[in-house]
Amino acid sequence: MATHEFAAQESHAHAAPQGFVRKWVFSLDHKVIGLQYYFLALAAVFVGMFLSLLMRIHLIWPTLPLPLLGDIKPETYLTLVTMHGTIMVFFVLTTAPQGGFGNYFLPIQIGAPDMAFPVLNMLSFWTTLLGFIVMIAAFFVAGGAPLHGWTGYAPLSAMQSTGPGEGLGADLWIISIAIFCIGALMGALNFITTTLDMRAKGMTMMRLPLTVWAWFVTAILGLLAFGVLLSAGILLLMDRNLGTSFFVPLVTINGQLTGHKGGSPLLWQHLFWFFGHPEVYIAILPAMGMCSQLLSVFSRKPIFGYKAMVYAILGIGFLGFMVWGHHMFMSGMSPYTAFAFSIMTMGIGVPSAIKTFNWLGTLMRGRIRFTSPMLFAIGFVSLFVSGGISGPFLAQPVLDIQLHDTYFVPAHFHLIMGVASIFGIFAATYYWFPKMFGRMMNESMARWHFWFSFIGTYAIFMPMHYLGMAGMPRRYSQLTEVTYLHGLIPLQKFITYAAFVTIAGQLIFLVNLFWSMFKGKQASDNPWEATTLEWTTATPPPHDNFGGHTPVVHNGPYEYNVPGAPRDYVMQSDPEIGPAH
Amino acid sequence: MGLVLLIIIWLITFASTYFFIAKTWWLPTGASAAAAGIDHHFTTTFILMGIVFVAAQVSLGALVWIYRDRGSSSSKVTYSHGNTKLEIVWTLLTTILFVGLNLMSSSIWASERFRPAEVDAVRVEVTGMQFAWYFRYPGPDGKFGATNPELEDASAGGEAALGLDTKDGASKDDVVTGTMVVPVNREIEVILRAHDVIHSFFIPTMRFKQDAVPGLAIHMHFTPIQTGDYEILCAELCGLGHYKMHGMLKVVSQEEFDKWLAAREAEKQ
Repeated sequence: MATHEFAAQESHAHAAPQGFVRKWVFSLDHKVIGLQYYFLALAAVFVGMFLSLLMRIHLIWPTLPLPLLGDIKPETYLTLVTMHGTIMVFFVLTTAPQGGFGNYFLPIQIGAPDMAFPVLNMLSFWTTLLGFIVMIAAFFVAGGAPLHGWTGYAPLSAMQSTGPGEGLGADLWIISIAIFCIGALMGALNFITTTLDMRAKGMTMMRLPLTVWAWFVTAILGLLAFGVLLSAGILLLMDRNLGTSFFVPLVTINGQLTGHKGGSPLLWQHLFWFFGHPEVYIAILPAMGMCSQLLSVFSRKPIFGYKAMVYAILGIGFLGFMVWGHHMFMSGMSPYTAFAFSIMTMGIGVPSAIKTFNWLGTLMRGRIRFTSPMLFAIGFVSLFVSGGISGPFLAQPVLDIQLHDTYFVPAHFHLIMGVASIFGIFAATYYWFPKMFGRMMNESMARWHFWFSFIGTYAIFMPMHYLGMAGMPRRYSQLTEVTYLHGLIPLQKFITYAAFVTIAGQLIFLVNLFWSMFKGKQASDNPWEATTLEWTTATPPPHDNFGGHTPVVHNGPYEYNVPGAPRDYVMQSDPEIGPAH
Repeated sequence: MGLVLLIIIWLITFASTYFFIAKTWWLPTGASAAAAGIDHHFTTTFILMGIVFVAAQVSLGALVWIYRDRGSSSSKVTYSHGNTKLEIVWTLLTTILFVGLNLMSSSIWASERFRPAEVDAVRVEVTGMQFAWYFRYPGPDGKFGATNPELEDASAGGEAALGLDTKDGASKDDVVTGTMVVPVNREIEVILRAHDVIHSFFIPTMRFKQDAVPGLAIHMHFTPIQTGDYEILCAELCGLGHYKMHGMLKVVSQEEFDKWLAAREAEKQ
């Protein structure tokens, strides 16, 4: 195997580019591509966050004209809902952890000079960027962006006549997602091949950092899921433009026949959620890997139950493909099927719980350093628990009767897949910034950013559980039409105020990020005293990552406070610490 | 920093839990036969998950404080890669908790969704369209008359909106209304349809929610046990008027229901 690995590495080495364009624009270097993905996600997250702010303002001041939009019509609100969700899920939660940090650090952490297919890597980024441009273009065409929600349920999404935004805007929305899928598929192939074939000598699978395990399994999920979404998107485009009826039965819009017949609206939901549920894990697995890594580094203690963590990641990935029907308990799907999906969904709670136990086990009897990445990792655990705990409610069809499509659902998924993943991204940013830019980020700004984000997140999303239980449906642009919702408006006001403060806190991050890039304290090669391979190389790493030599790995990824060792950490490339470990 | 984290995590935990326990915002009062069972299971799940939530957050807060780096006065870090026995124990415990919870609730789900409505249930066809609910009663013949999409006239409302085919004998006594009126303590069979896009028929007080899907006729049932007026909502995003796709359910005594239905029949003649 070792010979084969070296052969693979040599064939993928390429000379450092000289010109600006080949170095920073059409770069083949996984590190530059990683940064490109990261800054794409950064642009996207501020767009997505701005949309959510407009939504929050409109919900509590429905008659107030908004910046850029003027008077808000009900369909404008739904446009905000749709684009916020789509941009956040695809261009932030899928793009930053995997495309950004995965690209930059997976090759370095396994001791490889680059990804297995550098050209494919470049193409996958440019494809993703094109997808983003097409998505944003949907705002500017006649009729505007679509109003069918990020899940794009047919027939609402399948015909132009169902509402404003369902014309060209909806076509662009689908095309953008299809383009994104192609980029994600190329990326997934690259990640899988790289992990399997490009590991340095001694980097066995069971010595991989948990971040690498997470990126690897995420890539497998992506490979299996995005293909299905791509196909479904093409079918939907055909229904919209070529007169097919995959997802549309005989329907009338406003009393007018549409010419469609025989299709199945539930087919779209099955295809969409076959992608959509694994997508949740695509967003959260890298954050889980990140959190595991940081808890170990900053507790100065080996991760609790490395093998159990690996099996849990694999278990989550495997079960993640068998639970999509829990989004469809009220859809008209067979109630017997609902029972089966429900059992599987409760089952996926088990590996998630194992991970939580192991995180707590890692903290126990450690010596915790409260650095900014560690604060976000601890915050991640807290949010993961809070978001996870509402899962068993929604996973039981009996309780889902009341909670489905209420605010309880956004409360659940924002905590666990939205903000918990974002905390993973923040943690990764604070942790790897010194390696990427050669400077430290400002710690006191980082701490303020953490407190704003942590407390703010709870202030926004915890009350949404109460709204959901009280029966407030999602995606209502105005809350005045239903009498019993009137009493809940004060709670909505509280959420909007909390959103203002939390979003203001994110500006601290933005300032810190760019200020530190130029003015931050110079970073050493291993400022956190961590053990994985990226900390053995220069800061920032040279073009081929290790400056002409290939690291050889002798140890596991989390060897802290090894008895008898000279320092409190043993690097993966240090001499072997003994067979007992 | 450890102490601040502990205080903030604990405060968030206890404040969140307080509002759940105090039921400041809670499920709307149930008014159907199924509500008591569903709410009971809701409470069971809340108690069990609440214990897990508080235990996990309190431990997290405590651990980060106790095991903070105290410089030279810190106790020695335990070099350990985990504990297989413990892993097995908590894997089994969570499996039992999650699967057990699920099995506890499955009988309610079965009685709600596996069995068809009783033969003597009151039948109401519910049709969703952008952005209104229509309710159709089969009349004395017990049969719903034919509908024809080509006859639909959404702007006319009522029978015309449904495209009722008046040439069909069975449709002569069908009653179409914009408000759903049902007798108390009788099982109501709901036949859900949609004309254009997916809607979702949601009556919070009845613990009832089911999507209405174009191309499907979905049969469901519920039994109201308290008279009164209850709001009906659309729970599935259906277009720009989603937020105002609102209806009313009037639960009345059997006599009032009979009288009401007879009056509607008389209007038709």
